[in-house]
Amino acid sequence: MEAKEYKTIKTEIRLPYELAYGATWTRFFEGLKNKTIYGTKCTKCGRILVPARSFCPRCFVDADQWVEVSQVGTLIAWCYTNYKYFGMPTEPPFIGSLIRLNGTDVNFLHLMGGFDLNNFDEVKKIIKSGMKVEAVWSDDRKGHIMDIKYFRPL
Amino acid sequence: MAKQVAIVAVAQNAGAESKDNFYDQAYAVTKEVLDKAGMTRDDIGTVISASSDVFHGGISCANSYYWETTGAFLKNASRQDGESLFALFYGAMRIMTGHYDTALVIGLCKGSENPSNDTCTLMYADPFYQRGVGLTETMAAALQMRLYMERYGVTEEQCAKVAVKNLGNGLRNPYAHKKGRYTVDDILGSERLIDPLTALQVAPKSEGMVALILASAKKAKEVADKPVWIKGFGSSLDNYYVGDRDLLNGQLKNAADRAYKMAGITDPEKKIDVAEITEPYAFQELMWYEGLGFCKEGEGGRLMDSGFTGMNGRIPVNPSGGVLANNPYVSRGLQRVVEAVLQIRGEAGEKQVPKTVKTALAHGTHGYAGQCHAVAILGR
Ligand SMILES: [Zn+2]
Repeated sequence: MEAKEYKTIKTEIRLPYELAYGATWTRFFEGLKNKTIYGTKCTKCGRILVPARSFCPRCFVDADQWVEVSQVGTLIAWCYTNYKYFGMPTEPPFIGSLIRLNGTDVNFLHLMGGFDLNNFDEVKKIIKSGMKVEAVWSDDRKGHIMDIKYFRPL
Repeated sequence: MAKQVAIVAVAQNAGAESKDNFYDQAYAVTKEVLDKAGMTRDDIGTVISASSDVFHGGISCANSYYWETTGAFLKNASRQDGESLFALFYGAMRIMTGHYDTALVIGLCKGSENPSNDTCTLMYADPFYQRGVGLTETMAAALQMRLYMERYGVTEEQCAKVAVKNLGNGLRNPYAHKKGRYTVDDILGSERLIDPLTALQVAPKSEGMVALILASAKKAKEVADKPVWIKGFGSSLDNYYVGDRDLLNGQLKNAADRAYKMAGITDPEKKIDVAEITEPYAFQELMWYEGLGFCKEGEGGRLMDSGFTGMNGRIPVNPSGGVLANNPYVSRGLQRVVEAVLQIRGEAGEKQVPKTVKTALAHGTHGYAGQCHAVAILGR
């Protein structure tokens, strides 16, 4: 922040939290460690939700039927992020994406990658909504959403 | 909704950075709205505020800090977080209980002091999944924009025209924070922060203390020459995770239908004379035209091209410049109400639309890509 012409107080709030994953998220993220993506199936509408959920927010019933879902899917939407912000998942540029994994009924939020992202004109030639994509795993998996490094074009 | 609750006075401050502190800004706008209504603090029955805590203010339980700036000492007062338009609904409901003749509704936000909108909106994300992928309101909007353009053939130029219109309208609004005469090329040539969005298609971060006084029908007739009646309101909430939602078939239609039903409106494209809507990203204004029933699904771009929503159009949308010109993040929905009230009263100054305004619409939204929508219908 640049200096103001008037008197200000600069303050910063740093607050430590420790939040429980709960049973469903724990099992989902443990799955990522083992290169497995889990969803759960709603017992009423039959939708397969991914990441796994404890309940279906539409039917409001338990979604407790666990399924391992495909690591291949279709790119639904993407955006080419070329600026830095607090909490960004990796150094820009990166490509925020919605991906419909095969056999599931919701979109999975992640990143696209696996090719040179630096030149946007080149990126535009490679990446197209509707293209088939596949998960690429990190070698250093910690039970975190970025255990999947990104999805790459197939 | 028959003539039960009226807005009898409104006040707001300027959106650009101010050297005043939050506390004094809030006091000043409360004083101004009371003066305009010819009232004192003692005439106010109940107070509802809309604000947010740490991320949008740097203080926790912010309402305990600012209550006295709203004149709430010894009164029944409560605070609403999230979409500020709800504070108007709650104020109206309290008067409809018959226990209060007046309510002060105030939205408080001093954007220039806070971290960027992206920092704040990253914190909406659940800490396990979406936050790890860096989801912000801007990223959700960019994904939604891509879907919208690809599904309906809406062009980047049509999206940019919203920014041209609203930043241009902002020139007539002395309170607007960001304004100027731009071309479509200027908008599309501005920094490509997160393709398909460019910098001039993203709302700024503004100040916004916004106050209104509501009154019962009996009280309104005593104190106001030009009461503006709350005719209807409605809202609707979508699922939380952006991947669970159809980002092109959101909840605005539900929210608007509920408000129209309460107001007895069956043909909004004919009955609404002016609309002030919340479009933090330019293309969203086109999508919201569709959700509000001003045109069919996918026709927002063509409606923009036709001039329907321009200053001289059938339904001018955002004659104040909207949220692209002024974005007090927390109070922007209530600010839309203030602008709609000024249009109905014929007191909008240079931004007054060149037509008779009998019925106006105010809209607010919050959450990723319009998770929550709220609509109010106001009229003479
Ligand atoms: Zn279900």
